[in-house]
Amino acid sequence: MNAVQMLNITKKFGDLVANDNVNFDLRKGEIHALLGENGAGKTTLMRILYGLYRADSGEIWINDQPVQINSPRDAINNGVGMVTQHFTLVPPLSVAENIVLGAVKGFTLNPKEIEKSVAEASEEYGITVKPSALVRHLSVGERQRVEILKALYRRANVLIMDEPTAVLVPQEVDGLFNSLKQLVEKGLSVIFISHKLNEVMAICDRVTVLRGGRLVGTVERAGTSEKDLAVMMVGRETFGVERQGIKETGDPVLTVDHLSLTDEQGIDKLKDITLEVRHGEVLGVAGVSGNGQAELVKVLTGLQKPTNGQIILNAIDIAGASPSAITIAGMGRTPEDRHAGVVGELTVEENLALESLEIYLNRGVLDRKKIRKQAIEMIADYNIKASPEDKVRTLSGGNMQKVVMARSLSRNPSCVLAAQPTRGLDVGATEYVRGKLLEQRDRGAGVLLISEDLEEIMELADRIAVIYEGRIMGVIPAAEATEESLGLMMAGVTEHN
Amino acid sequence: MSKLRLEKAPAPAWVRPVIPLLAILVTFLITLIFIAWVQANPLHTYYYFLVAPFTSTVTMIELLVKATPLFLTGAAVAFAFRAGYYNIGAEGQLMAGAIIGSWVGVMLEGFSSWIALPIMIVGGFLGGVAWALIPALLRVRLKVDEVVTTLLMNSIIVFLVSYLLNGPWRDPVSMWPQSPDIAKSAMFFTLIPQSRLHFGFIIGIVVILTIWFVISRTAFGLKMRAAGSSAEGARFAGVNVERTILVTALVSGGIAGLAGVGEVAGIHFHLIQGLSSNLGYTGIIVATLGALNPFGVGIAALFIGLIDTGSLTVSRAMGVPVYLGQVVQATLLLVTLSMFVLTNYRLKREG
Repeated sequence: MNAVQMLNITKKFGDLVANDNVNFDLRKGEIHALLGENGAGKTTLMRILYGLYRADSGEIWINDQPVQINSPRDAINNGVGMVTQHFTLVPPLSVAENIVLGAVKGFTLNPKEIEKSVAEASEEYGITVKPSALVRHLSVGERQRVEILKALYRRANVLIMDEPTAVLVPQEVDGLFNSLKQLVEKGLSVIFISHKLNEVMAICDRVTVLRGGRLVGTVERAGTSEKDLAVMMVGRETFGVERQGIKETGDPVLTVDHLSLTDEQGIDKLKDITLEVRHGEVLGVAGVSGNGQAELVKVLTGLQKPTNGQIILNAIDIAGASPSAITIAGMGRTPEDRHAGVVGELTVEENLALESLEIYLNRGVLDRKKIRKQAIEMIADYNIKASPEDKVRTLSGGNMQKVVMARSLSRNPSCVLAAQPTRGLDVGATEYVRGKLLEQRDRGAGVLLISEDLEEIMELADRIAVIYEGRIMGVIPAAEATEESLGLMMAGVTEHN
Repeated sequence: MSKLRLEKAPAPAWVRPVIPLLAILVTFLITLIFIAWVQANPLHTYYYFLVAPFTSTVTMIELLVKATPLFLTGAAVAFAFRAGYYNIGAEGQLMAGAIIGSWVGVMLEGFSSWIALPIMIVGGFLGGVAWALIPALLRVRLKVDEVVTTLLMNSIIVFLVSYLLNGPWRDPVSMWPQSPDIAKSAMFFTLIPQSRLHFGFIIGIVVILTIWFVISRTAFGLKMRAAGSSAEGARFAGVNVERTILVTALVSGGIAGLAGVGEVAGIHFHLIQGLSSNLGYTGIIVATLGALNPFGVGIAALFIGLIDTGSLTVSRAMGVPVYLGQVVQATLLLVTLSMFVLTNYRLKREG
C-alpha cells in the first residue's frame, strides 16, 4: 500500500530542469529518505507534493488515488504536511495559537479551548509542547516540534521533513529521531530530506537518491551502506576518468594550519584543518555537501574570521584578513555562489574592475577608458558573451562565472581558490572553466579546488583531500584514489594519513 | 477558471527614465477628483499650476527660490539611497545645519564675508554630519534599521529647537521664540537684486554636479553603488561595505545640513521653529522622482518648486486651498513609488 506515488514528475525553471521525469513512492508507515546534493532537486520534488510548485508534467497519487495538488491547502486536505527548513511560525503568538492558525473555523477564538485541544493533540502524538508558551521564547528544537504538531493537528498522515537536522544540535537530533520513530509506529509515513549519510542510515527504511534533477535509484537501507550512498550521490560513472600527466610541483604557496571555526551557536564547523597547496598543483577538496566546505570557503575568502589557526599565503598570515587584503596577498577567489560574488545591478565592466579599483585610478578619478579597454580584453580572453555595458544580472550562470574568474585570474594570483566552480553550468561552460583552472596550474599557481562534484575533482586534482564534518579525513595522491578509498573517507568511515 | 497573478520580471531598462513623466500624467488624472471637489475648472487649475509661474519674472525667480533647498535635500537623500542607506532624516539634519548656522552666524559679527561664508558653509555641513552620525553608527555597527532611527532623530531636533528658541536663544527684544539675527557678513548674498534668490542656489547646483561626479566617476562612487545594490557581492569583491555606508550616510547628512544653512543665511536670517516646512521630507519625493540620479534630482527639485509656486498662484487666482499643491506632491510620490515597484513585476494569466 502506497501513501504517496509521484510518477514521471518533470519541473523546469526556465532552462534549468529541476526534476527530470522523477518517480518516487512512499509506503505506509515508513521513513523514506530523499538524498542528494544541494541542487539535486529534492526540495523541488517535495514542494510539488506540498502544492508550493506545480509540476510541468507527471501525476501524483495518494492512497492509490490520483489527486490534483495545486496549493498547500489541497495538500493538507489530502493529509500531506510539510515542515520546511525555515519555520513558518509567528513568534509573538503562543504555541496553541500557532498550531490552530489557519485550521480554525468560525469567528471567535477561545484561548482555553484551543490550548486544551492542542494539549490533547500533543498527548495523542506524543510530541511534548507547552500550549500556552510564546513561540519566541522557544529553542529551535522546540519550535520544530511545534511545526510537526501543527502538521499533525491538520490530520497529516504523510509528513515531509526538509533537512530537519540542519538547525539542530546533536541532542535535539536524537529527540527528533525518537519522535519520528514513535509517529511511524502510529501509522504515519515520513519523507526525510537530507544530504547527511549517517542520519539517513540511522533512521530511514528506504532511500531515494536524486542527482542533477534525475532519479539515481531507490534502495532498502538494509541492502546499502554509507559508502554506496555517497557514490550514488556524487556519481558512480565518473570514476576512471583519464588523468592528466602529473607535473613537478614546487614549494607550498598556501598553508592552512590548524584552522578551526565555531559558529555563533557554539557548533564546530571546521575542526583543526591543515592543508598545503603547492605551486603548480591542483589540490581537490572532496566531500558530501554540508560538511564544512561552505565555511572553509568563507574563511579563505575573507568573509568570515576563523576561531583559530593560521592561513599562510606567500608568507603572510591572511587568517581573518579582509577580502581585499587577501586579494592583494595573491589569492584569486571564486565564491561558492557566483551570485554572491558579483553585483547584479552593476555592469560587466564595473564588476570586472571592482576587485582592482586601485589600478584604474588616475589622480583619484576612475579611468573609464582604461576600464573599458581592460573589460573588452577580458571579455575576449574569457569568451564572455556580453558587452561591457550589460548589467551582470542579465548574464547566464556560465557567463557570470566567467566574469568572476576573469576578474580574479587577470591579477595573476599565485593561489587560485575555486569553490564549486562549475555548479549549475552547462557542459560547454564547465569544460571552459576547468580548462582555465588547469591553465592556472600550468602557469605555476597553486589551485585549491573545493567541489562536491567528484568527477570534477578526479579530472582536475593532483592530490585529493576529503572533508567530513569539518575535518580533513586525509589527503591522497589522485593517482592512488579509488572509489573504495574516497567513498569510505567521504562517509567518515576511515581516515587516511 | 483563469487567475491573474503577479510575477517577478524586471521591465526593460528604457522604461525607468520614462516613469517620472508617466507618473506626473497619472497624478494629474488622479488629482482631477480633488479639483472637481473644490469645484474648480481643471484646465484652468493646471494652467496656473504649470504654466502661469513662467509668465512673470517674479514667479520664475520664486520657483528657483523654492527649488534651492530641494536641490540639497533631494541630493542628500538620493546620495544615501544609492548606497542602500535609507536616510529619512534629511529633515532633522537640515535643522541641525540651521542651528549651527544661526549660532555661528551671530558670532561672526565683525568678520568679512570672505571669512564668514566659508565658516557658515562648513559649520552647516558639520551640523548635518553630526545629526546623521548616531543612526549611521547604529546601522553599520549594530545593524539597526536606519529608516526608524533617522526618522526619530527628526522628532528629537524639533524639541531641541523648541528648547533653544524658548530658552537661551529667545530674542531678548521682541521675546518672540526666534534666535537673534545673524551678522550681515554671514548672510548669503542675493543673485538677483530685490529677490530672495540667494547664494544657496549656486551651492545646490555645485553639490548636484559634485555628487554626480562622485557617484559616476570615482572609485568611491562605484563602491557605494556596489554596496547599495548587493552588499554581499561588494564585500566579496573587497569593498569595505560598512565604511562605505558610514561615509555616505555622513556626507548625506552634511548635504542636508547645507540646506539648513541656506534657509538661515539666505531666507530667514535667524532660527525659527518652522524653518524647514518639511523640506527634508520633500527631499525624499525629489530623490524618488529623480530616480536617484543627480540630474534627475535637479529637474525634480525644479518641478516641485514649480508646483509649490503654482499652488500659490492657483490659490490666489481660483480661490482653491493652497494645500492642493501638497496633495499633488503626495499623490505624485505614491504614484511614482508604485510605478517603480510595478516595473519589477508583470501580470500573468494562468489556469
